[in-house]
Amino acid sequence: MEQPAMGAMQMTFDEKKESKPASGAIKMSARNVKVFYGDAEAIHGVNMDLYENEVVAFIGPSGCGKSTFLRCFNRMNDTIDIARVTGEILLDGRDIHDKKLDVVQLRAQVGMVFQKPNPFPKSIYENIAYGPRLHGLVDNKTDLDEIVETSLQRAGLWKEVKDRLDAPGTGLSGGQQQRLCIARAIAVSPEVILMDEPCSALDPIATSIIEELIDELKGSFTIAIVTHNMQQAARVSDKTAFFHLGDLVEINETREIFTNPQDSRTEDYITGRFG
Amino acid sequence: MNMEASKNQSSSLPDSTDLAKKRDLMQQRVARSLKRRHAQEKRFKLIGMTAVGAALLFVVLLFTTILSKGLPAFWQAHISLEIYFDEEIIQIDDKPVRMDGESEAAFNDRMLAWRTQLGFINFNRLILEAISKEIPEAPEFQRDAMRLVTSGERFGLRKMVEEDPSIIGTTQRLWLLADANVDVWMKGNIDRDLPDSQQQLSARTRAWVDDLEAKGVLKNRFSTALFMNPDSRSSLASAGLAGAFMGSLMMMLIVMFLAVPIGVASAIYLEEFAPKNKITDFIEVNINNLAAVPSIVFGLLGAAVFILWFKLPLSAPIVGGLVLTLMTLPTVIIATRSTLKAIPPSIRSAALGIGASKVQSVFHHVLPLAIPGILTGSILGVAQALGEAAPLLLIGMTSFVASVPATPFDQSTALPVQIYLWQGNELRNFFEARTSAAIIVLLALMISLNAVAIWLRKHFETRW
Repeated sequence: MEQPAMGAMQMTFDEKKESKPASGAIKMSARNVKVFYGDAEAIHGVNMDLYENEVVAFIGPSGCGKSTFLRCFNRMNDTIDIARVTGEILLDGRDIHDKKLDVVQLRAQVGMVFQKPNPFPKSIYENIAYGPRLHGLVDNKTDLDEIVETSLQRAGLWKEVKDRLDAPGTGLSGGQQQRLCIARAIAVSPEVILMDEPCSALDPIATSIIEELIDELKGSFTIAIVTHNMQQAARVSDKTAFFHLGDLVEINETREIFTNPQDSRTEDYITGRFG
Repeated sequence: MNMEASKNQSSSLPDSTDLAKKRDLMQQRVARSLKRRHAQEKRFKLIGMTAVGAALLFVVLLFTTILSKGLPAFWQAHISLEIYFDEEIIQIDDKPVRMDGESEAAFNDRMLAWRTQLGFINFNRLILEAISKEIPEAPEFQRDAMRLVTSGERFGLRKMVEEDPSIIGTTQRLWLLADANVDVWMKGNIDRDLPDSQQQLSARTRAWVDDLEAKGVLKNRFSTALFMNPDSRSSLASAGLAGAFMGSLMMMLIVMFLAVPIGVASAIYLEEFAPKNKITDFIEVNINNLAAVPSIVFGLLGAAVFILWFKLPLSAPIVGGLVLTLMTLPTVIIATRSTLKAIPPSIRSAALGIGASKVQSVFHHVLPLAIPGILTGSILGVAQALGEAAPLLLIGMTSFVASVPATPFDQSTALPVQIYLWQGNELRNFFEARTSAAIIVLLALMISLNAVAIWLRKHFETRW
């Protein structure tokens, strides 16, 4: 099995790279991460680095562990009683399983967008304001209003909802709800955003809006996105990681994965022979 | 890439004539089964409708019987008498007034002495005199005459004097409660053709009653006694529900303030925070079992723990409330847990994903959504406790209590127990209606509780 060893490799042929600030700094890294559900090992020791201002797409057949692995980065697996994570995950060089690091603080730094849009059954304003208020990021209403506005603007939702901030967030369309959830995630100014199949419940138009949004957001965030849609992975990501049966089979520049896969399983999957 | 995948799926097909035959056969089978399926559906609908119809019929039957029996009891025979508060009969000192510098105890002593003096006065003589104004021959037949007014009314007159002694020497037209047997006779709840030996009232009294009713002196008026008085055995006509109602109310409040917070808190802990292991499994099984324990067993527990061990008073609403709390807890816990289970987990993930702690996610997001369900479950649990009589038997709440409890530590009875007690009263002709009236009061209380539950549910309901 190939080890992901191309962290430092900067590709030159991807046209997206031009717009991306050259960074190369490692934001998060996973070392020998294993996840167990009870006695069953779901992830078999995965190593991966997430670079700043880069979008990494996780692809692979259903049940390959890509979502499970994604959820390791903000310790969402803690909420599952039988799940157990071993190995080391670093955020800016700091172990996120460190007893001194509160999981609340971690999740303020590593936000998450879920598969199904899940706005709170509250107003649009309250949906965005909840996070900043929770973490005490603002002192007064004006600042909070500003955060709500900028978050909605960055999520491309401001124009559509600015006149009805008091309307329930659940009354929006599916695509709008998902953008609301993205706005909610960026309102606490995280450094990393994890997206777990954010477009799987959306129609193609809403999907393309979110994809454009991801492209914009990567200027300020590190993004990891799980997707079932390979075109989407090809469109939005800088790097693509292919998972299979709990193993990270291959991770490389997206173009490289789709044009020149190193592993036969990757090739079989992207050419549609299984999955 | 996806197109390639779909192409790959269409593999070799069977030849087309075979397929058509097969399809034909299938269609025939489906057609044949249709009739059976429709009959099945019709049958099931019919059974369902019959069941609902039968249930409705019984509900209607229940309500008509109770209402037709109980409603007349809300109006009770009263007699209009001109009571002259004769100073000859009420010979009493002036009511003591607290003097400057007098100690509380000294004043109370003087008051007690005055009250004792008042207690020796025979107020029945006032009533007899008043009756004589309507029936001139009454003084000759005192026994028959005094059967017109219920015996408790003399205490009512005494109370009037006690509260306002200036009434002495005046004449007041008052509506006094007639005797229970007069009420029975007037309402025709006893066979008028029965011989004297089987009648409760003498022939003379019966004649007077008919006469006074014709004159409008005896009349059915709305019975405040039913609501304002505690139970009574010496003066049956003045027996009321006040004691039982207050007892039930106190117990209900105790149950609400104990069972609901404790139950909801334990449900939240068990559902949201407790680790899933053998101990919590064991607790869960036990809670479910407790919900199925016959309520009388809780009464036994209450008698053993609260009365024998904690030395709480017998027949007190506090003990009843505690026992009913124990009984209601499993219901509240189970209702709350199932409500919490029904809250979509995506809400929890959303809150956790943004950095809310577990407690914050529960209290900011899960609980507000669960409130309607929790309220409904709790109120239904409380309503169930309110109608419970069995556990109260064992802690002495079936005893006859002729006072309205002022605190939860006073002796009292409860509405369902009062119904049971009145149901067993010897003067059936009078108490059959009274029992139904008590049932109406209890039902009204329950229906209003349930209405509150429904209203709260609608009020707090949020869609997600």
